[in-house]
Amino acid sequence: MKREIISLQEVTFTYTEEDPSIRPAIQNVSYTINEGEWVAIVGHNGSGKSTLARLMNGLLFPQTGTVQIFGEPLNEHNLWDTRSKMGMVFQNPDNQFVGATVQDDVAFALENNGIPFEEMVERVQASLVKVKMSDFMNSEPHHLSGGQKQRVAIAGAIALQPRILLLDEATSMLDPQGRDEVLQTVRQLRVETDLTVISITHDLEEALLADRVVVMNRGEKYAEGTPKEIFERGQELIDLGLDLPFAMNMSRLLRAQGVPIVADHMSEEELVNDLWTSHFNK
Amino acid sequence: MDISLQQVSYAYAKDTPFEKRALYDVDLLIPSGSYQAIIGHTGSGKSTVLQHLNALLKPTEGVIRIGSTEVVADKKNKKLREIRQKVGIVFQFPEHQLFDETVLKDIMFGPMNFGVPEEEARQRAIELVKLLGLPDEVMEKSPFDLSGGQMRRVAIAGVLAMNPEVLVLDEPTAGLDPRGRKEIMELFKRLHEEKGLTTVLVTHSMEDAARYADRIALMHNGKCVLQGIPQDIFSDEDRLMDYRLELPQSIKFQKKIEEMIGEKLPTLCLTEEVLAEELARLMKKEREI
Repeated sequence: MKREIISLQEVTFTYTEEDPSIRPAIQNVSYTINEGEWVAIVGHNGSGKSTLARLMNGLLFPQTGTVQIFGEPLNEHNLWDTRSKMGMVFQNPDNQFVGATVQDDVAFALENNGIPFEEMVERVQASLVKVKMSDFMNSEPHHLSGGQKQRVAIAGAIALQPRILLLDEATSMLDPQGRDEVLQTVRQLRVETDLTVISITHDLEEALLADRVVVMNRGEKYAEGTPKEIFERGQELIDLGLDLPFAMNMSRLLRAQGVPIVADHMSEEELVNDLWTSHFNK
Repeated sequence: MDISLQQVSYAYAKDTPFEKRALYDVDLLIPSGSYQAIIGHTGSGKSTVLQHLNALLKPTEGVIRIGSTEVVADKKNKKLREIRQKVGIVFQFPEHQLFDETVLKDIMFGPMNFGVPEEEARQRAIELVKLLGLPDEVMEKSPFDLSGGQMRRVAIAGVLAMNPEVLVLDEPTAGLDPRGRKEIMELFKRLHEEKGLTTVLVTHSMEDAARYADRIALMHNGKCVLQGIPQDIFSDEDRLMDYRLELPQSIKFQKKIEEMIGEKLPTLCLTEEVLAEELARLMKKEREI
């Protein structure tokens, strides 16, 4: 049995405490994330995903309910300790750059945490290699393009060797290949370490990689399950402002064209096989 | 209004120790009324090209023609104002540029700054709020009280209020949820058709480039390496891979099917809908044989 690393119990949070007529950003949300898990939190814009991220790292505290991290309720006393074990990567890397060069930037948090110089140099190197940015060690961050910056931000987060990596729409500004590289990096990190990954995302391919998916809708938890269980809901997800994986969409379009497809296939392989066995292989 | 780049090179921080070349001899013609996509991996020079399209950057070498105006290096140009009115740029995360007290004032700011009388600016703002599918009551609200998707629409309205002839879009759907993304892209398609705009879309999404554009330019390492219609650009997977790009999902899937059945579909399917139609047609034919 894996250890619980984050647990939210009946958490409610509102940005406008003075005006109870405004719907809370988060309403009565509970979920648990286990050590070493990859959990994707998906939902439409304004569904409360990013508020959840802020509640999980103590940038915000709930009005009711509790947030437990590493088995302890998150409070002002253990806040800093908790944050040092949680790497955050946000959507827009421009807002989290501090260093004058790429390597300075990655080193910044290490220096803050008193890591000895030799180790720091090693960790900076290793982190940059992992995100394929080692050729840019001495570049100035503002000369990089958006995707490159984001990879540096991820390097900065993993250099601290956190136990949790929280990606808040971290791949949404990358080109397809950059995105694949980052996701591949995260996968590799999980093979090498016991890193827990929480990705807040609209990207369905990213959600498909997760062990579990939490679907948010208008501040409430709408559903929770494996990617398969979640995507089987089909049209419901579209109604929530989300989308379906490519193969499912294709299955539906083919059926609309009168091709009898047996199911909404989750993967392209399944759909190809279905087409082959029932329609071409005669 | 045609826009053309001829042998355009650009270096950031030219003649300083920090000089960095971003564009090399870029030739690009965007004919009036076309829907042009510019694709390329991160750092390929897409956004630098974009900033040349309304002379926010001037080429360090080469010539840019925007309508009848020429923009060249080291020359003051009195018509920049006119260019900036005619070429509207919607930057990434345009909602970060919202600033005024109300949505109405925010949308009116641009045109009034360019000398449009207040009443006319107001009329334009009211029409645009409607056109972009925003509810009437947002008009007097602070733009900062709106949802992310609504804020983006207001910011886009602010650009459209200038009545541009050319609309340049830099990753206009970044950060939006799938529904919002689709709505915004369909909106630009409608504007392109109804207002007869020239549209330039800078995007990472091969799917959007395939679905919406009628011409595509491919940037790689600061050079424009390929230009053509989507069918041509996406006809050669290996070539795209060399430029660190991929095929749109529908074409990737089409190739898988073609491999399986040992037969080619008559056309390259740029969207899932077209692919579904073509496959259904093919199956019907097989059944009849």
